[in-house]
Amino acid sequence: MNSFVSIADLTKDDILHLVHRAEYFEHNPNLKTLEGKVCATLFFEPSTRTRLSFETAINRLGGRVIGFSDAATTSSSKGEILKDTIKMVSNYADVIIMRHYLEGAARYASEITPVPIINAGDGANQHPSQTMLDIYSIYKTQGKLDDLTITMVGDLKYGRTVHSLLNGMSHFNANFQFVAPEELKLPELYKQFLDEKGIRYAEYTEFSPEIINHSDILYMTRVQRERFADLMEYEKVKNVYVLTNSMLKNSKDNLRILHPLPRVNEIAYDVDENPKAYYFEQAKNGVYARQAIISEVIGVN
Amino acid sequence: MAQKKELQVAAIENGTAIDHIPSDQLFKVVSLLGIENLTTPVTIGYNLDSKKMGKKGIIKISDKFFDENEISRISLISPSVQLNIIRDYEVVEKQFVHLPNELLGIVKCNNPKCITNNEPMQTRFKVLDKNKGTLKCEYCELKIKKEEITLL
Repeated sequence: MNSFVSIADLTKDDILHLVHRAEYFEHNPNLKTLEGKVCATLFFEPSTRTRLSFETAINRLGGRVIGFSDAATTSSSKGEILKDTIKMVSNYADVIIMRHYLEGAARYASEITPVPIINAGDGANQHPSQTMLDIYSIYKTQGKLDDLTITMVGDLKYGRTVHSLLNGMSHFNANFQFVAPEELKLPELYKQFLDEKGIRYAEYTEFSPEIINHSDILYMTRVQRERFADLMEYEKVKNVYVLTNSMLKNSKDNLRILHPLPRVNEIAYDVDENPKAYYFEQAKNGVYARQAIISEVIGVN
Repeated sequence: MAQKKELQVAAIENGTAIDHIPSDQLFKVVSLLGIENLTTPVTIGYNLDSKKMGKKGIIKISDKFFDENEISRISLISPSVQLNIIRDYEVVEKQFVHLPNELLGIVKCNNPKCITNNEPMQTRFKVLDKNKGTLKCEYCELKIKKEEITLL
């Protein structure tokens, strides 16, 4: 693996390897394996959460960070093309971690430089390190990845974390349940993908306790107001896909609730104290998953 | 009594005859191949009778032979097209157009937020289904149906 651009590039073995490496870093978070390495974090679009997670991962492994957190302060605001920025930074860094507002930017960058590229989000397209931390969280809480019932709730149309997780978990005989309003249903293309791979799924518009009771993983996402052409529709559905503690009464013991964060109101605060709520630990797993990804592309153990 | 067969478009000595073009695609094929920029003689037949297709178009171009990349442009809009390579009034080779696995710099990505629409660079599409003509942008990963294809 030279670059880490899209979850679809990874084989089942690649994913398993990264999961085991993340587990290793969880037990050994502070190492000196990146000592002497310079890691660039180029955030053409701000994302504090993702940047801090990557920079923590680098710092814990003894690496150094250069970069920027907002393109407004760089030459790209003067009209410099992406290629020139990447070529320039390639002279300095051992790895380039980049977030960009344009879709496909990371793939393009990986073609113009021999320095490994890690995609930290390219527009609405991919955010594969988020997917790796989601998969690692599933593995950690369930003790396995195979044969799980995964329920995804909320915005399944635009949510890139949902699409990437589908792709990543498609290697592990998952059984999916999709819960979304009509406007935000999973796009046809992804259903075709699941059909082609022979993966079981069912779609619901109602978020009922029965669905929750069957689930091993409940993956909640935010229903965003700006996704609705008709605000009346938004008002109708915004409170339908809210998880409350009482809905979890008869859920499985091993159920864990995941959310890519930030949460707005789709998970009631009374869920936070439930031991099945896992979204805060999930974010912590991001550091280990990113330690695994960075070490892999640079080629250090 | 043998039926007298008349060529609907005059024969050429050397060049390429592009046959079996659906009539409604004819002028699109003309522009895709950049025929208006050629300096060699060209005859274009439009709405000709065809046993197979009802109506068809034919383009005969003297002293011009197309390369792989030019041909793959046609395959995107009309895969039924056939190219006859003519030397000394004889058809020496028949070429059927077929979609390659990858299309470089031919199709425009329909996603305005795709990097290919914002950087001076070549587009690259993977052909997902040769029969249906569905493509996938190798950068932003957008899937495009045949009807939605815009050529550069």
